[in-house]
Amino acid sequence: MRKIGFIVNPIAGMGGRVGLKGTDGVLEEALIRGAVPSAPDKAMRGLRKLLSQKNNWQILTGEGELGERISRELEFKTNVVYRPAGTKTSGADTVGLAKALVLEHVDLILFAGGDGTARDLVAAHIGETPVVGIPAGVKVHSPVFATHPETAGELALRYLMGNKRRKREAEVLDISEKDYRAGNVVTELFGYLSVPDGAGLLQNRKAPSPASEASAQREIAMELIASMEAGVAYLLGPGTTTREVSLSLYQPFTLLGVDVILDKKAILIDATEQQLIGVCREHPCRLVVTPTGGQGFLLGRGNQQISPAVLEMIGPENMIVVATTGKLAELQHRPLMIDTGDLKTDDAFKGYTRIITGFSASVVYPVRSGSASYISNS
Amino acid sequence: MKRIDRSNKVRSFHQARWNESVIFELSQKGERGILIPKAGSGIEEALRSTDQLLSDKMKRKTAPALPEISQPRVLRHYMRISQETLGADVNIEIGQGTCTVKYSPKVNEQLARLPEMTELHPKQDPATVQGILQIMHETDLYMREISGMDRFTFQPSGGSQAIMTMAAIARAYHEKNGEGEQRDELITTIYSHPSDAAAPAVLGYKIIYIHPDEDGYPDFEAFRTVVGPKTAAFFVANPEDTGVYNTKVKNFTDLVHQNGGLCGYDQANANGLLGVTRAKEAGFDMCFFNLHKTFSTPHGCGGPAVGATGVSKELVPFLPAPLIDREGDTYFMNTDFADKEFGIGKVRLFNGVAPVVLKAYAWMRSLGAEGLYEVAKIAVLNNNYMFKKLMEIPCVDAPYTKGKQRIEQVRYTLGKLTEDTGITSGDIQRRMMDFGMHYWTSHHPYYVPEPATLEPTETPSKEDIDEYVATLKQIFEEAYNDPEIIRTAPHNSVCHQLDESEMDDPDKWAPSWRVYLRKTQ
Repeated sequence: MRKIGFIVNPIAGMGGRVGLKGTDGVLEEALIRGAVPSAPDKAMRGLRKLLSQKNNWQILTGEGELGERISRELEFKTNVVYRPAGTKTSGADTVGLAKALVLEHVDLILFAGGDGTARDLVAAHIGETPVVGIPAGVKVHSPVFATHPETAGELALRYLMGNKRRKREAEVLDISEKDYRAGNVVTELFGYLSVPDGAGLLQNRKAPSPASEASAQREIAMELIASMEAGVAYLLGPGTTTREVSLSLYQPFTLLGVDVILDKKAILIDATEQQLIGVCREHPCRLVVTPTGGQGFLLGRGNQQISPAVLEMIGPENMIVVATTGKLAELQHRPLMIDTGDLKTDDAFKGYTRIITGFSASVVYPVRSGSASYISNS
Repeated sequence: MKRIDRSNKVRSFHQARWNESVIFELSQKGERGILIPKAGSGIEEALRSTDQLLSDKMKRKTAPALPEISQPRVLRHYMRISQETLGADVNIEIGQGTCTVKYSPKVNEQLARLPEMTELHPKQDPATVQGILQIMHETDLYMREISGMDRFTFQPSGGSQAIMTMAAIARAYHEKNGEGEQRDELITTIYSHPSDAAAPAVLGYKIIYIHPDEDGYPDFEAFRTVVGPKTAAFFVANPEDTGVYNTKVKNFTDLVHQNGGLCGYDQANANGLLGVTRAKEAGFDMCFFNLHKTFSTPHGCGGPAVGATGVSKELVPFLPAPLIDREGDTYFMNTDFADKEFGIGKVRLFNGVAPVVLKAYAWMRSLGAEGLYEVAKIAVLNNNYMFKKLMEIPCVDAPYTKGKQRIEQVRYTLGKLTEDTGITSGDIQRRMMDFGMHYWTSHHPYYVPEPATLEPTETPSKEDIDEYVATLKQIFEEAYNDPEIIRTAPHNSVCHQLDESEMDDPDKWAPSWRVYLRKTQ
């Protein structure tokens, strides 16, 4: 018996159709403008993909619009594990429901919403419980979402039916809706969620399966460690690819912060801009960064502590870019971006860079300056 | 005679399905295929005992674990398995882009199976194998003509080994010039075959990949930033897997030469190039042809094969030995050409797979120079006919070089179909099996979203191509109207959907029956 957690953010996506670029904090306005809920319909399209297993699997969900209604309409065995306090649901209910699902040890959480909903899951500290996002929000930039409601259900089904359940971590990104409404796009990295790793069921003769993201990251870490010089401080930017370097050296790390490695030992964890400036004064430095998923930002998104002042001390020749080929493929040949807020710094770091993609393997790739050229549609 | 109308006809097909075991599981103790009669007394006396023929060191301690099975059961076993495959001999084979699967005339196969060929041994006195030596020598001469290179070896037993041979030659060349250690980088492109990177990496080269520029050609500006004193070689396919031909490839090879590096042309698939362009004029120092692709030898389930590797005069001393040469009317195995200190030695025993060279020779002789050019023209025409027909379908697109023709294959994208319906290119691949057809996506990672790589070659007729396209069209319509039938496909194939989730797990890999038993029992 598999236990599937099911979360619907019933108001997700309501701001989009009435031109509000999101629903965070503007639900009243959206309702006045005539918005109607679309997330429940998409949630149902996703969940319907699991119908073949309805006699074997159990759906654990929240009361009413949080998932119960849809689950019962599709005649799943439904178990309500969370009831909202008030009549109107909010992000707090997503967090509350997610926490309840983790306590029930669900095999997977299927959730319908947008980037804000994914952030709520990060806030609920669900750990390694895998999730699949049904895209139902205005903003679905985070690679935790499937491309389509049906694909989300399919992915969950294939993962749960597989003998070997492999996961990987995907970024939860969000842009500030307030800035977005004002025309600025500033993406922030809020954390990571576990997602099923490419559970394809293809009969694919020439390409049995891509090397898993994890082993690609290990190769990159080995390449970097093999080339590490004594007495040089390595500033590791945020991300799972750079984290692998710390993991391989058995050193502590932060996933979202900047860590500093000297002579293969961590000397600073989650360093501030001032601390980084201090390190740059004392040691020759190399900066190790990886682009953000989907958008390809190297600098200026999620790693603002690597400020123009820090970058000036390091110099472009000491920037080492690392990325798996899988992540580069997602960019569809779009250049990597740098947007530090200082044009002079941006100019110094742009041009072609050699990205380490594996052991003894690299890719030459363009880096441009400027703000986001890419926003996924919702 | 009434002509059968094949317009827009999609074939009804159901593959044979046998729950056939692995042959080891069919074994029954004591069962035999042939009972060998006891030797006559005269023979026995002459040989005394077979025990004494072999020294103790050469004798097995235990009998080999071969399956014990009668002849009719062996026959049935393999016939059943043969019915569970697809391929060019049972249906239209267009869907294995980059593989160049074409019709290989059966008469060449018959030639290769004549006892005059099959009874030869590579250790025979050269005086007794003049025929095959002559064929190898003349095939070398034809390949020189086709490529502009100065000498060919047939030792490498496939494309990847040919690439490895080219990389070993590059290393030997630089070592001889005292630059072996300095030149440790090899440049290739993301749309060249992955072996162009993988084989040199095995030899210890650092690999640098070039992405395409906005027009789909390898990014020359990016290329410029990495060519230099560390460059050992540049290995590239042209056309690349996208079917895009880089007309400015000479700029790339010139730049590498100015910086002291060598250039290797991956012509594994040269089907669109025969008689049109040559490696030499494009500035390459080395190239290779997969005889089992372009030269119709054919693919034998992954082998045997030959990756015929050619080099310019300057690099001949580094080629693996021996080469076949002619003196008067006598053909002989020459080892004198080899650089005794830096030559790469052997890459395979003897002279490569002789029957494969024979088949390629027979194919070329049957076509002649004009015929080979005709092959290229028809392969390109077929491809561009299909390209046009597919691009008329709204959910099909092909990135790069808009409005221009492709060479012998195209990498399409079904991104729009996936966006509209959720059906992926991998789903289409499974559904195509319900019509007895292959369909290939792309190497990983998918730089082209939801890719499909199709290559008609010169083999299919217009009607064949129309049938293949009509089948695809029907599946695209299903994607919009009845996607479930695709998601749950294949329905008419040997087996249903496979669980691929363990594919990446080395603990689950079983490359042999013995390993399978060890891991499952």
